[in-house]
Amino acid sequence: MVSQETPAKRSTAKIQVRGLNFYYGPRQALYDISLGIAEKKITALIGPSGCGKSTFLRTLNRMHELVRQARAEGQLLLDGEDIMSMDVTRLRRRVGMVFQKSNPFPKTIFENVAYGLRVNGYPKGRPLADLVEASLKRAALWDEVKDSLHKSAYALSGGQQQRLCIARALAVNPEVLLLDEPCSALDPIATAKIEELLFALRESCTIVIVTHNMQQAARVADYTGFFLMGRLVEFDETKVVFTRPRRRETEDYITGRFG
Amino acid sequence: MNRPFFMRKLVNALMLSLCGVCALVSVSVLFIILGYLLWNGGRFLTWTFLTRLPTPVGEPGGGMANAIVGSGKVLLLAALTGVPVGFVGGIYLAEFGGRVFPFLVRYTADLLNGVPSIVMGIFAYTVVVLPMHHFSTLAGGLALGAMLIPIVLRSTEEFLRAVPQSLREGALALGASKSRAIATVVIPAGFQGIATGILLALARVAGETAPLIFTSANNRFWSRGWNQPTATLPVMIWTYASSAYEDWHRQAWAAGLILLMLVLVANAGARLILARRTSVAR
Repeated sequence: MVSQETPAKRSTAKIQVRGLNFYYGPRQALYDISLGIAEKKITALIGPSGCGKSTFLRTLNRMHELVRQARAEGQLLLDGEDIMSMDVTRLRRRVGMVFQKSNPFPKTIFENVAYGLRVNGYPKGRPLADLVEASLKRAALWDEVKDSLHKSAYALSGGQQQRLCIARALAVNPEVLLLDEPCSALDPIATAKIEELLFALRESCTIVIVTHNMQQAARVADYTGFFLMGRLVEFDETKVVFTRPRRRETEDYITGRFG
Repeated sequence: MNRPFFMRKLVNALMLSLCGVCALVSVSVLFIILGYLLWNGGRFLTWTFLTRLPTPVGEPGGGMANAIVGSGKVLLLAALTGVPVGFVGGIYLAEFGGRVFPFLVRYTADLLNGVPSIVMGIFAYTVVVLPMHHFSTLAGGLALGAMLIPIVLRSTEEFLRAVPQSLREGALALGASKSRAIATVVIPAGFQGIATGILLALARVAGETAPLIFTSANNRFWSRGWNQPTATLPVMIWTYASSAYEDWHRQAWAAGLILLMLVLVANAGARLILARRTSVAR
């Protein structure tokens, strides 16, 4: 497959991937992926189920290491630093992640947001409360929860829970935010809120979002990558991918002929 | 022409009533025991019984205060030794380890669970009583503690496995180390289940008699220390019920009632804890 590094060259590449091959035991899931993730832009990864886009996303903060026998080969650089040899705790602090199904901890709203701060060794007391408030504001959730900070996070609606998870990830001030189909379980209104939020976050954060929803990619992303059967088929500016795709497979997929 | 339908209905009705009868039998066994115990034990359950020492044979009155305290002490020792080992072992099985060793541990625990309790008594007898040359509270506690380990181990493992993987991922993605994630997210999420398991395990071993007979043995007086033999409720029941004295039989009934109430309270407590959990988490 063609490896296209073009988009990233137009702005600074925050993450540079070269020749990534990924295996689950004997089965290869990703083939020779190379791309650059542009700094402070939104990059969307689309493709049919099982095409490897989530696997790719998870290698960016090494969450794939939780899976037994999963193995990644190739070069992954975060600001020129090798991701694979970096201290994993530090890596995950710099590269945060939001999951498909919202996964708040069985704690209060406050403690959920404070968790990352506590884990990363922030002092107790007033600064913590300020940081929690700031994170909730960044995730556009503060106004809805400011009076119930000490209630269980499970009392929130699905969309609120997902924004809480975003706030939790933002609390440690990550440079990159990975989102794995964050809206797949949400209704259109909650989805719109999260998309709005992503636009606002672009100012301060590099965002990579995996989505099943092509309209979502078209709406929010600056760059879009199309994955098919473990290969990166096409990667370019979103409007190019959606209006003048260079490859037949991409066109078939986005016009709904398969997938 | 209507015959096949008649047969079907007849068989159906027969099977249905058979199920009903069996259900009734199993429930009534429990209620007969409960009622009998309440009737016989309740009549002799007095304040004296709870607060006094046993009297010499022939002298009426007296109680089992020493056995109640003794049972408490033995259970406390059992909990202090068995619960931590089972709990931490359960964490290991659920969260760490490769394939072969956890399999061995799990298999051994299941075997240990099926080992007759009297064998556990022999174990404690060999390790504690023989070297010390006398029966002791300590030996009884260790015998029950050894019984607790496999039960607590397996229930802790089960409840930790029930904690969604997404919570672990969430914690790790925030930069928590694995042990930190387990301590601050996974265990709290499964805590109510784990506590329930521990409570039920304690209730189960509280009624064990066989392993105590030749470890903590029995004592007509207050036990003078952890290294001295002590009276316990199950052993007292066994001694009193198999004696020839009418008065002792009555006291055995009362002791049985106390033991049963202990188990009922533990069960009710466990259910309460579990019920609260389901209302909090989604």
